[in-house]
Amino acid sequence: MEVRFVLNGTEVKVDVKPTAILTDILRDKLGVTSVKKGCETGDCGACAVLLDGELVNSCLVLAPTVAGKSVTTVEGLIVNGEIDIIQKRLAEYHGTQCGYCTPGMVMAIKALLNKNPKPSEAEIRRAISGNLCRCTGYQKIVEAVQSITA
Amino acid sequence: MGKVIGHRIPLYDSYRHTTGQTRYVDDIYLPGMLYVKTAKIPVPHARILNIDTTAAERVAGVAGVITHKDVPNNYWGAFVQDQPVLPDKFVRFLGQPVVAVAAVDEDTAYEAVDKVKIDYEELTPVFDPEEAMHPGAPEVHEGGNIAKFGGYDAMMVRLGDVEKGFAESDYIIEHKFRTAMNEHAFLEPHCSVAEADASGHITIYTASQTTSWHQFLICGVLGVPINTVRIVSSPTGGGFGGKSNPATEFVCAILARKTGKPVKWRWTREEEFLISTVRSADIMWMKTGFKKDGTLVARKIRYIQDTGAYNDFGTYGMMKLTSQINGPYRIPNVWFDGYVVYTNKQVTGPMRGYSITQSVSANETQMEIIAEITGLDPIEVRMKNLLQDGDILPTQQVLEAVGVRETLEAVIKASGWYNK
Repeated sequence: MEVRFVLNGTEVKVDVKPTAILTDILRDKLGVTSVKKGCETGDCGACAVLLDGELVNSCLVLAPTVAGKSVTTVEGLIVNGEIDIIQKRLAEYHGTQCGYCTPGMVMAIKALLNKNPKPSEAEIRRAISGNLCRCTGYQKIVEAVQSITA
Repeated sequence: MGKVIGHRIPLYDSYRHTTGQTRYVDDIYLPGMLYVKTAKIPVPHARILNIDTTAAERVAGVAGVITHKDVPNNYWGAFVQDQPVLPDKFVRFLGQPVVAVAAVDEDTAYEAVDKVKIDYEELTPVFDPEEAMHPGAPEVHEGGNIAKFGGYDAMMVRLGDVEKGFAESDYIIEHKFRTAMNEHAFLEPHCSVAEADASGHITIYTASQTTSWHQFLICGVLGVPINTVRIVSSPTGGGFGGKSNPATEFVCAILARKTGKPVKWRWTREEEFLISTVRSADIMWMKTGFKKDGTLVARKIRYIQDTGAYNDFGTYGMMKLTSQINGPYRIPNVWFDGYVVYTNKQVTGPMRGYSITQSVSANETQMEIIAEITGLDPIEVRMKNLLQDGDILPTQQVLEAVGVRETLEAVIKASGWYNK
């Protein structure tokens, strides 16, 4: 079946199986490989994207249900060649190690700051609690976010 | 150096990570690429009676099906070549892949895998290494469950005279410690992509932590010269030791040669937990003699390392841990017997501080108990026994440039230990 939605500001049209998950459509059909597959069971957050501004694990979203909606990935945060402050600070504050959780982590932080520009440390930790970083880089990630909101 | 120390230097790849541009193996999409899934049986120990892949091969979209018959040299291993790429006679742990299918997509590969017919006779499994050592225990491998060290059952290390040491001790304590199996749980599951060119040369993209080791083993399994296999080491989405052994690479290489197409095999999270290597669950019996002032005199250790279904790096792990079994402490009389034991569990392998970490828990727990018995400060007990230049490890290595005292002193200062 054909599904149309807005990906990072541009309308796209893809032919999908009714059972396909959004992660696979983004990666396999649209080449958005920043969306990672860590568990495919909604536990790790590596595939997190914004769906109409809300943070979702794309592995739990059936592709046909995004028809008419807007999907944002880390690629969509780059505007006129300028990377988002979250992408910049995570890099500068050593908020990345192996990097596999990073795109999902960026989107979780984006979702937080969109709603709450001045989060407390507890609110930052809560916001990224659905994103596993096995390199255990949480402290640096929190510091990177605090550098933005301070 | 002035431009580095005291400055915040971003990692060279950090901007690629935050913008999603880092290309991990699973991000590689080659034209015509096939996807692998494998057929398994639902028990941890069985004799394979027959494998029938006829129906699987007939599924539309399936390009290749392989069994042990397609593997030129099926058995591999770092020390003992006891591990099959695909088993021919026995399944020795739950989830062990028996048949591999390459198809146009994962759904088709799953469909074909469901049509593979494996006849087997279920055998009694053994999961506890101590049980596995008993005479009459179910045999994980024909010929016994204890791996050999130059013909001996145990890795034996002797230093000084341990019985004399115990006789000279004021106190003797004795404990049995057990640690649990650990899964590395890196966020990026195992994945590799292999492609063969017209001359049969193979390129494998993998997040291996040991590129040359992979190349060596893959050439051995395929029976080809080393210059015909190219390994492209890709960014690793977490390894922690768990990507030291070939996992998906053999199967991808063989299927790429058989089908002439690029082949990708990416493990699911379930496969990661079931069939990837783990840190071994060890059993440590430790008897330690010491003086009233906390000075360590003698230690006897019986160490059992559960290597799982195959030896792999197990022998090496045991050899490695013997040198560091007493941690950073001087013990002049040591008696050590270390066993590497097979069980019907997934294979164990390197994981952060390979093989040493388990014994640290036993060693440091005893140091705490010694502090309690002697009434000394736990730091004092450790300070008294720290290794220094000229000391000899149980494995006879004479130490030089030992910095552990300065390190511990710095920790005491930084942590404010004496103010707590």
